[in-house]
Formats: sequence, structure tokens, C-alpha cells
Amino acid sequence: MLRQFKADLHVHTCLSPCTDLDMSPKRILAAAVKKKIDILGICDHNSSENSLAIMNAAKGMDIRVIPGMEVTSQEEVHVIALFGDVANALKLQEHVYSRLPGENDEEAFGMQVIVNEKEEVLGFNEKLLVGATTIPLDDILRLIHGFDGVSIASHIDREAFSILGQLGFIPENLELDALEISPRISFAEAEKKYSTQYPITCSSDAHYPDDIGKGFTCFLLKEGTVAEIRKALRDEDGRKVIH
Amino acid sequence: MTVKEIVETLNLKIVSGQESLDMEVTSGYTSDLLSDVIANSKEGNLWITRQTHQNIVAVAKLKDLAGIIIVNSREPDEDTLRKAEEEKVSILCSEEMAFEVSGRLYALIR
Repeated sequence: MLRQFKADLHVHTCLSPCTDLDMSPKRILAAAVKKKIDILGICDHNSSENSLAIMNAAKGMDIRVIPGMEVTSQEEVHVIALFGDVANALKLQEHVYSRLPGENDEEAFGMQVIVNEKEEVLGFNEKLLVGATTIPLDDILRLIHGFDGVSIASHIDREAFSILGQLGFIPENLELDALEISPRISFAEAEKKYSTQYPITCSSDAHYPDDIGKGFTCFLLKEGTVAEIRKALRDEDGRKVIH
Repeated sequence: MTVKEIVETLNLKIVSGQESLDMEVTSGYTSDLLSDVIANSKEGNLWITRQTHQNIVAVAKLKDLAGIIIVNSREPDEDTLRKAEEEKVSILCSEEMAFEVSGRLYALIR
């Protein structure tokens, strides 16, 4: 049976240098529960190292956590990648890490904390996660699909690091599944403004616990999985984006 | 001043749009945000950028720019080059960075 799921598919953790250190598994999940989120996408900058911790911390809870990543392309376009399992997220991470130059400077950018589900600090990621990969956008989208993931262009209503800001317009023949808007713009405004062939989702892009769920998308799905979300984005088998 | 004269003075490598080198250059515009170039560049501007994505050709065409200088020894992507040849958009490559190319172009045409 199909039912409505409230999804926030783009949430950062304490691994992203620009987030509050309060973005720990328990705080994130508590905030998501408070906002009645059914599906939560974990998308740190160019890394998926905290996805498993949040997934494990959510065990036994009525919330589905999806492992993901917000990848920065060579053109400095941000793209959300969501996967059915951690293994595929880590396969993308391997490609991203091999083409992500630079080292993090904690003073300048902030700490990149790797945690487990008990909120114990496992270590600090030393890569420049806030930087850009040397992978062209088209190749990133192909990689995401190659690992059976869903690709969504991040916050297209913002100038910085969005596909429209960086590239002026959306190129043809991209392996893109959807466009994401931030909560600053409504679905109706976005549909009018961007008149696009792609479905539109809204996510919070939360860097602080209070921001989780400020942007969300309602889907009509059988269960809270990436495979079901993909169907909804393609309008297949009755699955839908209902906003 | 034409694109061709600037190519010679700034020692640029021509990678596409040989047939458009006689275009008159009105001024320069330096930016890596294509949305900004669409909004603010003017007809006849020579555009200085490090972006190599194929959308740069469409933007140059849309705004009737005199050409594109890609800086920092970067080369355009393959499909960018193909599109530039089709659209007769001059793409020129420089080993220098945007600051240097912009400064030298400014000194030339101001």
C-alpha cells in the first residue's frame, strides 16, 4: 500500500567543516523526529563517512536514513547523491577522494569529525572536504548512476555552488534525476521560475539541528527507500512527488 | 582592437573559432560564474575564465562575446571544443592566471 512519506534528503553532519558540532547522530535524529521526518538523507560535503553512524543510531526508530553525499564537481556545482546502501556510497567516496586535492585547515574551515552511533569520536577527516573535486559534472552524475544512486542538483535557487549559478543554465543530456530547491522558495514559485523537465524536491541543507526539516518533500511511496524515491521522481507505479 | 591582435600580444593559443578572430573587442569580463556572465557581460567583451564546461560556448554566443580566454593552462573539454567549432566561437588558452590576463588586457584596451 502506498502512503505519504515526509523526506528531508539533504542534511549535513559534524563531518562537514561548516556545520555546528551539535550535528551528532542523536541530535540529528532527535531533531528529525521532532519535525516528523520519515526519510532522512545524510549528505556531507564530498564524504559519506558519517552515514553509517546515523543509520545505526536510527535502528529501532521509525525513521529511514539514506546514505549519501553532496559532491562538488570541477565546475563547483553541488550535487546530492543518495544510495540504497552504504557500500555504494563508499564506492563513490573512493572516486571522490582520489580526485579531491588539498588538506583541511581546521582554523579556517572547521573540524571534520568522524563519529560512531554512540557519538564517540573516531577521528578527524583530513581531506579538504569543502573543496572541489577535479571530476566534471557529467562524470559525477554517471558515477552516481553507475552505483545505482539517485542524483539531485543542490539548491538551484541559490547562486553559490548551484548548477544555475555556476553554469548559467542546465545543460542537455545530464543524468540528473531531480532539482533541489531550498526552503527559501516555494514549489509553486520554483515551477514557474525554472519551468523544467526535471522533478523538483525541497530539502533543508541543514547545518544546524534546528534547520532540519525546514525544507522537505512529501512523497507517495510504498516504503522509504532510494528505489522507491527513484520511482516517484519518474512518476512510476503510482509513486509520486506530492510536495 | 581585434581578437587577433590581442592573441598576438598576450601570446594566447587559439584552440577554436579561427574564423571569428577579426571581431572587435569592446572590453573584458572576468568571472567563473556563468550566471553572472549572462547577467553582466556586454557584447564584444572578451571573457576571461577558468571554466571549461560546454556551457561557456552557449553563453558566449548568447551574449555576442568576442571570445573566451581560458586561463591557468587549462584546456576546454572535448564537447566544449566541438560546440565552439560549430558555433564559431573563439576559445583562446593562456598559461597565466586570470589576474595577469585581465591586467594585461586592461592595459591594452583602456
